[in-house]
Amino acid sequence: MIKPHVYHSLGLCDQEYQSIVDILGREPSNTELAMFSVEWSEHCGYTRSRKWLKLLPKKGKYRNLLSEDSGGIIVDDLAVIFKMESHNHPSQVEPKQGAATGVGGIIRDIFTAGARPVASLNSLRFGQLTKPYNRYLLKGVVDGIQSYGNCLGVPTIGGEIYFDKSYNGNCLVNAMSIGIAKKDKVVRARAKGNGNAIIYAGASTGRDGIGGCSVLASKEFKEGEEKRPAVQIGDPFTEKCLIEATLEALNTGYVLGLKDMGAAGLTCCTSEMAQAGDSGMEIELERVPKKEKDMQAWELMMSESQERMLLCVEKGKEKTIKDIFAKWDLQASVIGRVTDDGRVRIKYKGNVVADIRARALTDSPIYDMPYKKPAYLDKLNKLDLSKIPLPQDCNKVLLKLLSSPSLCSKKWVYEQYDHMVQTNTVVLPGSDAAVIRLKGKNKAIAATTDCNSRYCYLNPYRGAQIAVAEAARNLVCSGAQPAAVTDCLNFGNPEKADRFWQFKNCVQGIARACRFLRLPVVSGNVSFYNESPKEAIYPTPTIGMIGIIDDVKLACTQYFKKEDDVVILLGLCRAELGGTEYLKIAHKKVRGDAPALDLRREQALQRATLEAIRKGLVSSAHDCSEGGLAVALAECCISDRENMVGAVIDGLTFNSRSDAVLFGESQSRVIISCEKKNVPKIKTIAAKSKVPFRVIGKTCAERLKISRRDKVIVDLPCQMMSTAWSDSLEKMIF
Amino acid sequence: MRFGVVVFPGSNCDQDCFYVIRDRLAQPVRYIWHKDKRIADYDCIILPGGFSYGDYLRAGAIARFSPIMKPIIDFAHKGGAVLGICNGFQILLEAGLLPGAMLRNDNIHFICKYVYTRVENDSTIFTNSCKKGQILKIPIAHNEGRYYIDENGYSRLKENKQIVLRYCSRQGVVSDEYNPNGAKGNIAGIVNERGNVLGMMPHPERSPEASLGSDDGIYLFDSIITWLRKVI
Repeated sequence: MIKPHVYHSLGLCDQEYQSIVDILGREPSNTELAMFSVEWSEHCGYTRSRKWLKLLPKKGKYRNLLSEDSGGIIVDDLAVIFKMESHNHPSQVEPKQGAATGVGGIIRDIFTAGARPVASLNSLRFGQLTKPYNRYLLKGVVDGIQSYGNCLGVPTIGGEIYFDKSYNGNCLVNAMSIGIAKKDKVVRARAKGNGNAIIYAGASTGRDGIGGCSVLASKEFKEGEEKRPAVQIGDPFTEKCLIEATLEALNTGYVLGLKDMGAAGLTCCTSEMAQAGDSGMEIELERVPKKEKDMQAWELMMSESQERMLLCVEKGKEKTIKDIFAKWDLQASVIGRVTDDGRVRIKYKGNVVADIRARALTDSPIYDMPYKKPAYLDKLNKLDLSKIPLPQDCNKVLLKLLSSPSLCSKKWVYEQYDHMVQTNTVVLPGSDAAVIRLKGKNKAIAATTDCNSRYCYLNPYRGAQIAVAEAARNLVCSGAQPAAVTDCLNFGNPEKADRFWQFKNCVQGIARACRFLRLPVVSGNVSFYNESPKEAIYPTPTIGMIGIIDDVKLACTQYFKKEDDVVILLGLCRAELGGTEYLKIAHKKVRGDAPALDLRREQALQRATLEAIRKGLVSSAHDCSEGGLAVALAECCISDRENMVGAVIDGLTFNSRSDAVLFGESQSRVIISCEKKNVPKIKTIAAKSKVPFRVIGKTCAERLKISRRDKVIVDLPCQMMSTAWSDSLEKMIF
Repeated sequence: MRFGVVVFPGSNCDQDCFYVIRDRLAQPVRYIWHKDKRIADYDCIILPGGFSYGDYLRAGAIARFSPIMKPIIDFAHKGGAVLGICNGFQILLEAGLLPGAMLRNDNIHFICKYVYTRVENDSTIFTNSCKKGQILKIPIAHNEGRYYIDENGYSRLKENKQIVLRYCSRQGVVSDEYNPNGAKGNIAGIVNERGNVLGMMPHPERSPEASLGSDDGIYLFDSIITWLRKVI
């Protein structure tokens, strides 16, 4: 008889334990109990989130492709596979290895689909940099990402980093990877064909990472708890060899299915591959390569040792496949066979230690979680602008914003990432979206990640829509047609009704925006329990999005190119300041409502911007987001450090407060620069889509000047803005 | 003329070098597997960048014992053209084909960015298409790129005109300010005494066309091709 404290410690509740007994018709063995505990965890089984995730649309403009562990779209003869995944809890405990294995894990999801990984991005959130532990986390996470990604030779081309006190107890590390395959070479994560071989390839199995998904990722942090042993250790060199060996093995055509042993390791691979192929599997654990002596069956089934995979290989072709792995000095062993009885049968030392219907493991319970609007929200949403004093010195405010942790240049970070390997990076980090070309084609892929979690905190439904809209706007500004989405949903404890309300509303918001903009959500991940005893994180539904550029020569960047170009604002500045970076930095206030968003206007703006770029009329295009128009203009001036270009902005209309115009974060706005002769054509394009169009100034040398009627309210040399923007992150962390 | 690109486990710029030579320069090129004990008839061998053997122990320290290194050393001793880029440079140092050693970057971080280098010697196999003093914009991407050699060795390098590339400003000023990693004398690339083995930290294969930010890397490959046309 298994005692309650045993299954409780594995993360199972009484009711779940009873279901297991009912399914098996007997008490589970230790191994079986361990297997259920990981497969039925939120992390693997999406027990609490699944009901709502069904709302996310699956159809868009491009043909999509949904696989077990990742998804993508078809572009001509290519499959572009991509996914984003969280590695928050491990990174909070051990930042370097946590982040490194996050990168390793997501990249394995890509190449086990048969695609060569071509780019990575990451979206990071940390608490305030004034706290030493947060500085340690930032440095450790960046070190983990660079050490793993650089070694693999997969360029880290973009991402985002924000800092807020809500992340003081829980940092977020969301890693995204993109891969390319010939569309007929994509493999599924399934096992089929009675008698076919199950081959284990890669590193040996140890006791590292046991319970990573069930114990670490599915619970809140408590003070002083030691969870380090649940973090895995990464070896990028092995993974690099694994990528090459796997792609070579797939080329033989003998590999029928393939899956990464990530969360829940061997348990997840065996049960999910069997279930996906509508078959069963018999595994002999003695044949699993082990790092340590005397490992128990349940440890082998739960271990999350890194850089391992499971392959289903055509019977009789085992040697061909094993030889390829041997060529790369990797072990590959036949550890079992596919069966036709739908059961996962695990043997160890002559005994059957588990015998479960695969579907019973993968059909995890679905919970209908209660939700409730947080009581504080109505009060929080109220913002009386008349009580916010107007800034005396807009220069000072602008410099303060440019040097603030969330808005300043992330050069210190991305220069540590190899962002050029594979020689496809056409737009380097530091613009709205990164762009990689597709060798041998005229096309390119633009990619971005986005989420303003403060908006989501103030208004989850709209905040999540804004995350989608802004990601799409970033892609459009780079000249890409937004194509598809991966989401990484980071939230607090779902068992608390107000947290679950945030989750539900964010998912609904994403679903609404994606449906409207015709963007399928092809892959994703949920991370709950990002919560310490003090507080939960801001709801952070990170959106990863890719777009397609038809002609790589028309890829666009955000910075001004030369003097005497005309500067145009598409879109309107509203009298709103809720949730802005300005309010937080200059007035120490987080309140109000998230900016308004009208998806129809957004779509029109994106359509007009993209048309202007595709017709070659535009020199630069930049989305206005955190920090508003003034910060966006400053970025246009200084983000090409070798060629800074100033601007005189004297054509803005000030219908509302000057700080709302300069620093407000109204949505659906883009700053364009172009040659004078192109202005009428762009005006016509904007009029056709009914997009507000206004010439606001022109580019010039050295300074950014913004005036309200005849009075100059911002006047700063580019060099001074550049110093504030480029050097501040390094100053804050050392 | 045939180019060979060596593939060590952990090499990750092998395919980029291959692509430039085959697709950009239309030259015959093949991969050479690190376990091979002999090499076929090549005219130029490239040791590409990456993390051979994970850079465990020390960058290049394990790769130098790969079976392929013996025939490559023989090839170099016979005067064959060998180009080591980044990790390839580190391997050449470890193998003793070039003098000096690599230390960790002085900021103790990996650095990936475009830098400028000045051609100090334009009469080598690898730089004959350049002009002395020409400035090449080529990216770096490394953790251990701080070239070190003792004073005697440094003097010898200078005397023999073995210093081929130095880090500099956009205008060509060589100074500490434009030294990305703390390398002795801003050294970015050196040849051996005979001049047939070049090691360089910047990645010429990453700057093969203007759309990637620069096509200055092509000068080096063009130089090799020009030289090979003369000698073959």
